[in-house]
Amino acid sequence: MTLINKIDYYNIESLLSEEEKMVRDTVSDFVNSEVIPIIEKYYHDEKFPFHLIPKLGEMGLFGITLPQKYGCAEMNNVAYGLAMQELERGDSGLRSFASVQSALVMYPIYTFGNEEQKNYWLPKLATGEKIGCFGLTEPDYGSNPGGMVTHAEKVDGGYLLNGAKMWITNGTIADVAVVWAKLDGVVHGFLVEKGTKGFEAPEMKGKHSLKASVTSELVFQDVFIPEENLLPNSRGLKSALMCLSQARYGIAWGVVGSMMACYDTALEYAKSRKQFSKPIAAYQITQEKLVYMITEITKAQLLNLQLGRLKDKNQAKFTHISMAKRNNCEKALDIARVAREILGANGILNEYPIMRHMNNLESVKTYEGTHEMHTLIIGEDITGFPAYDN
Amino acid sequence: MKIAVCVSHVPDTASKIYIGSDGKSIDQTGLTYVVNPYDEFAIEEALKTKEKFGGETVAISLGTDANKETLRKALAMGIDNAVLLKDDKYRDSLSVAKALADEIKAQGAELVFFGKQSVDFDNSVVGQLTAELLGYNCVSVVVSFSLDGNKITCEREIEGGKEFIETSLPAVITAQKGLNEPRYASLKGIMAAKKKVIIEKPALQSENFVEVIAMKRPPTKQAGRIIGTDVSAVPELVKILHEEAKVI
Ligand SMILES: Cc1cc2nc3c(=O)[nH]c(=O)nc-3n(C[C@H](O)[C@H](O)[C@H](O)COP(=O)(O)OP(=O)(O)OC[C@H]3O[C@@H](n4cnc5c(N)ncnc54)[C@H](O)[C@@H]3O)c2cc1C
Repeated sequence: MTLINKIDYYNIESLLSEEEKMVRDTVSDFVNSEVIPIIEKYYHDEKFPFHLIPKLGEMGLFGITLPQKYGCAEMNNVAYGLAMQELERGDSGLRSFASVQSALVMYPIYTFGNEEQKNYWLPKLATGEKIGCFGLTEPDYGSNPGGMVTHAEKVDGGYLLNGAKMWITNGTIADVAVVWAKLDGVVHGFLVEKGTKGFEAPEMKGKHSLKASVTSELVFQDVFIPEENLLPNSRGLKSALMCLSQARYGIAWGVVGSMMACYDTALEYAKSRKQFSKPIAAYQITQEKLVYMITEITKAQLLNLQLGRLKDKNQAKFTHISMAKRNNCEKALDIARVAREILGANGILNEYPIMRHMNNLESVKTYEGTHEMHTLIIGEDITGFPAYDN
Repeated sequence: MKIAVCVSHVPDTASKIYIGSDGKSIDQTGLTYVVNPYDEFAIEEALKTKEKFGGETVAISLGTDANKETLRKALAMGIDNAVLLKDDKYRDSLSVAKALADEIKAQGAELVFFGKQSVDFDNSVVGQLTAELLGYNCVSVVVSFSLDGNKITCEREIEGGKEFIETSLPAVITAQKGLNEPRYASLKGIMAAKKKVIIEKPALQSENFVEVIAMKRPPTKQAGRIIGTDVSAVPELVKILHEEAKVI
């Protein structure tokens, strides 16, 4: 039973393959019937909708681009992007869950893991039977994770891990944490399993944003990590940043979903709300706002599609991904704010999705590299001058 | 056992329908089409039955190339094969049923699922007509279905209650909402569907006995009237409902 939220001013639909459209429409149906009707309540109660995890797994929404032999769909990056867009049209928290599971847990295990690690973890993560998290950020090292203090020390049969991570999505609920720590001064990825002695993951409370998503601290006190839990092919901060590129790509698409939800709500409201003699949509200032929104949505859609096509040809640079993440998050937040204005007082109510999206987008603009950091990344690329110490 | 499911391709229930320039068909511009919602229950029941008892499932749709989208969706949900009976002309329900019955016979399907009605023309007869043409048993508007050997037990919705029915194969079952919870197509299913071939055949031709002579939109809604906002308005409201609207 479809009610597809097709916001497509430039007939971008015609550039999609049949499978890509099917993925979008299937996830769209799922979000319309299973997410939108319940999400305000979960957001309000600061709860993640756990019951959706097996369904997301069954549909194949974790590790979409990874090989079928590990239980994944092996689809292209555009299909992956469209799925993220539809999930985030529901809520950024749900998309964050899928991003972390896919781009920050399954991708590093697939890319840096050995065959045993892949065979053991990937099929279970694909179905959602196991949940993962990604620990890079620390209390004192956010934009410059290279300064991290979490470190591992070689001991008999494995490593001893010490340190702390902060702001870790899914931390408390994860069965496995992909933790980045220095070993002899070089960053490596480790798989830390739930329940390992000395490892705690308390939830962080009091968020005004991403309330339907679990965010946690990870604390490691002399945690013994067996040799086989080191990701053998990870080496240096670059490995961690490769994961971020995957996740940022998903975010660039995801936030277009938030944009669509806000625009759609504002447009419908403006057409029906009458003030003075006519609907507010009939006033030029409102029209300017709506035109701004649809124009930015269209630009973001085109940016994403070309980025996805480049990524499928292995031609997407991390700076390309930075541009889409930076632009789309900023515009999504702007659109949410303008949409809120159009709804006037109603804009602040949870009867409409706008304020929830707006609050969520504050996190989305910050995580996976802040707006400023992406500016510096692209700035260095085009000028040749790094404006921050590498 | 071979299980067939007949699916129709209908305008999205969320789309606005306009009448075409001929005054007797709908305007196709800007319309998006979906799998007939009741047929999704039929697809799900076919899949569940196959998962339980084995066998093979085939989806059959009558219409143009556009119907392939609906057949692809059935394949992506897990149906094994798909047949498109090609025809682009208007057909009445009996003519549709004749073409479907012809294909079901060719397929040798013993159990056939339909939606209880197609939400485009709402005639609610194609399943029953097909059963009659095939000489199969038929249970319509089914909300619960079970199969045990040759024996079929169904629950169907009737006005103000439920009816329990027993019958046997071969049979046609028409699905009502509540029969099951249709699954979402999985991404793996979508990839698998991409590799499958939709078999195209010309649809059996037959005469129409029913003709649409005109279509009209319902009269536009009159503006509402606010009589009051608290209990004091009730007597006035009752009076208007009784005397003007004549509904009580
Ligand atoms: C809800 C949520 C979930 C998260 N999930 C995860 C997760 O799963 N895993 C994980 O590892 N991390 C996660 N993070 C952390 C996130 O990636 C960091 O918050 C982010 O990298 C920014 O770090 P910071 O908050 O320490 O800010 P800081 O780095 O302290 O930055 C503060 C401000 O200073 C600016 N700034 C910093 N350096 C410069 C500079 N050189 N030039 C100009 N401006 C600069 C920043 O742009 C920002 O505006 C999450 C964060 C949130 C909010």
